[in-house]
Amino acid sequence: MLNQFFKVITSSIMKKFGMGVTGLLLCGFLVSHLLGNLLIFVGPQAFNTYAHTLVSNPLIYLAEAILLLIFLKHIGLAIKLTIENKMARPVKYYMTQATGRGSTFASSSMPVTGLIILVFVVLHILQFKFGAYYEETYDGVVMRDLYRLLIEFYQNPLNVAWYIFSMACVAVHVSHGFWSAFQSIGFNHPKYTPLLKCLAKLFALVVFCGFSSLPIYCYVQGAQ
Amino acid sequence: MSADEKLLTLNLKIWRQKDAKDKGQMVDYTLEGVSTDSSFLEMLDQLNEKLVGQGEEPVTFDHDCREGICGMCSLMINGQAHGPEKETTTCQLHMRSFNDGDTIVIEPWRARAFPVLKDLTVDRSAFDEIIMAGGYVNVNTGNAQDANEILIPKESADLAMDAAACIGCAACVASCKNASAMLFVGAKISQLALLPQGQVEAEQRAANMVAKMDELGFGNCTNEAECEASCPKGINISNIARMNKEFLKSAVKSKS
Repeated sequence: MLNQFFKVITSSIMKKFGMGVTGLLLCGFLVSHLLGNLLIFVGPQAFNTYAHTLVSNPLIYLAEAILLLIFLKHIGLAIKLTIENKMARPVKYYMTQATGRGSTFASSSMPVTGLIILVFVVLHILQFKFGAYYEETYDGVVMRDLYRLLIEFYQNPLNVAWYIFSMACVAVHVSHGFWSAFQSIGFNHPKYTPLLKCLAKLFALVVFCGFSSLPIYCYVQGAQ
Repeated sequence: MSADEKLLTLNLKIWRQKDAKDKGQMVDYTLEGVSTDSSFLEMLDQLNEKLVGQGEEPVTFDHDCREGICGMCSLMINGQAHGPEKETTTCQLHMRSFNDGDTIVIEPWRARAFPVLKDLTVDRSAFDEIIMAGGYVNVNTGNAQDANEILIPKESADLAMDAAACIGCAACVASCKNASAMLFVGAKISQLALLPQGQVEAEQRAANMVAKMDELGFGNCTNEAECEASCPKGINISNIARMNKEFLKSAVKSKS
């Protein structure tokens, strides 16, 4: 029975399933992260209080651990699948040409955009979570002034440019990944799949515009 | 001979490999007087006649019915499985799709599970092994029952028929950048999963066929749909989603 279970979880379909489920969960994280970050537009107090409320909740460690596990699972599976896929064709073609009716820029660049996102996420955590620590007091509560760090960090146009480029990669990645995840978990419907493909593009646009607006706003705010 | 017929001179780059152990290489040929009315395979026949006439070894390639229904012909033509035309097998591809002076690159299917036997011929028996693992139904012997005794919704019958149009040529594997066989396996699972006759073995079918597919070293699908675009029978990738669903169902329901 254990042998059978092992066979199932290591099968190609379950690896694809794992990719799809973790990918969708990460899409959920993108939404919640964007919604929280949009508080930057409300002002320093709203944003800092939101960040403080998040990190002062003891459940944050559990949430961070789960998020880390989801990330690691997604990355681990991506590496495994990519290596297996390369091994499945040991002798390459002399010439390859896409039909123009199947693969897209987004679908064929998934490993590349994925790698850029990985580099971005690591830098992003180092730059902000473990970045400079300023303090601010609101209504007698001392908390981290993350807003100030953001404004300072995005005074450098190179930081703004790298962020926007990374968000473009995230957008391209999810524009294929979002609908593709449903296909991998076994959902394909003549009516809903075309809708999901449109939704994926819309989601990519929202993610790109939403996140990219933040460093631009910080740059403009700091310049004033 | 049609009124529009023209004669082409072609530069061919063809993969030549003596046997399974040979390293192989691309060899250049020039072929003159190719009719635009001839099929791609007839063009290769013409080349082979020329080669035999010169005392050289003819190019080995797979073919059988030459009517686009048997699934024997293959060939990567200018980097595309079965060439540039949509829903067309190599045998149904005609030379009117090419221009005078064109260079045409002709290669065998490339996949770890499909070793090259000679020149452009590969061993596709990996597909037979997948079918043997579960692509069948059990039927009672004896008198044939009434044709309409088992009720099947029209939509299911149509979808099953669409999946059953697969001729097993392996263009899906050849055109997939991951050399994945999931469109083929998806179609073979779907054609049975959609019909009442396929329900008896349904619990184990997907699990066994997928296990065999993985064992044979095919790649994993990344949902790019180049397989669907290259399939001479237009098999849809919704069959892959159905296979995924059948596999998950089978994993949950399985008693072992």
